[in-house]
Amino acid sequence: MATALPSDEVLIAGLRAGDEETFARLLDGWSSSMLRLARTFVSTAASAEEVVQDTWLAVFQSIGTFEGRSALQTWVYRILVNIARKRGAREQRTVPWTSLVPDGDPTVDPSRFRGPEDPDPDHWRAFPERWPTTESEVLAHEVRATVAAAIDGLPPRQRVVLTLRDIDGHSADDVCALLEITTANQRVLLHRARAAVRSHLERYFTTTGGDS
Amino acid sequence: MTCAELVELVTAFLEGALDNETERRFQDHLEICDGCETYVEQLRRTIEEVGKLPPESLSDEARDRLLDAFRSFRTD
Ligand SMILES: [Zn+2]
Repeated sequence: MATALPSDEVLIAGLRAGDEETFARLLDGWSSSMLRLARTFVSTAASAEEVVQDTWLAVFQSIGTFEGRSALQTWVYRILVNIARKRGAREQRTVPWTSLVPDGDPTVDPSRFRGPEDPDPDHWRAFPERWPTTESEVLAHEVRATVAAAIDGLPPRQRVVLTLRDIDGHSADDVCALLEITTANQRVLLHRARAAVRSHLERYFTTTGGDS
Repeated sequence: MTCAELVELVTAFLEGALDNETERRFQDHLEICDGCETYVEQLRRTIEEVGKLPPESLSDEARDRLLDAFRSFRTD
């Protein structure tokens, strides 16, 4: 989550001066999204971790000459993407961001809606059932497991957008800049990902979770 | 607006990205349709549940290695 970091000026000065606390705060604040971003280019979590380490080593090398034309975070993440992309190519796993025109399939099963012959076409056949609250610890745990499994099953681009936005708390603009995608694409990927997780939750609640 | 159209616009709605006319039709539909009201509520709940998952973190070894590297970089 984006805990408030000092200004770029302070951060850059801290890094240049070798201030450990500054570096530790960046590590703790940025590692989650750096790992997620790396993970879209490389095939394993271990590999993503190495990308993050190589990124910081490269940052240490060049922080002295960083001119501050972009935000520090943008600069660091761009270094990360370059390193991850090269590594991904070696692993033969590239996610071509530019070709990511999302498909236009509906995010809700069309059979949930009435057909064209119906006087009220494209309206719910049966309303979605309301979900129970998860006050019990057991149920809350199962819901978390369901959500985690649903996220793991998402296509990589949907997964990275959803996790950067809804877990790490990045803004839409941040995510567009980091992934070099358009606002419209970002929104479509996010919506598809959320809708997919929602349908996993629906399946969970209507089959097992409803009676706790 | 139909229910099938509305469900595709929920994220755009939540981000305030709908044009005025579409947003008005979205809200008009929500007022008369319990099914879509539930759907929107479930998508909000989904976002909330996703937000409860922990962030990723570096292994302790990787974190220590980096702090060491930072220290030695400084003394260079
Ligand atoms: Zn409706």
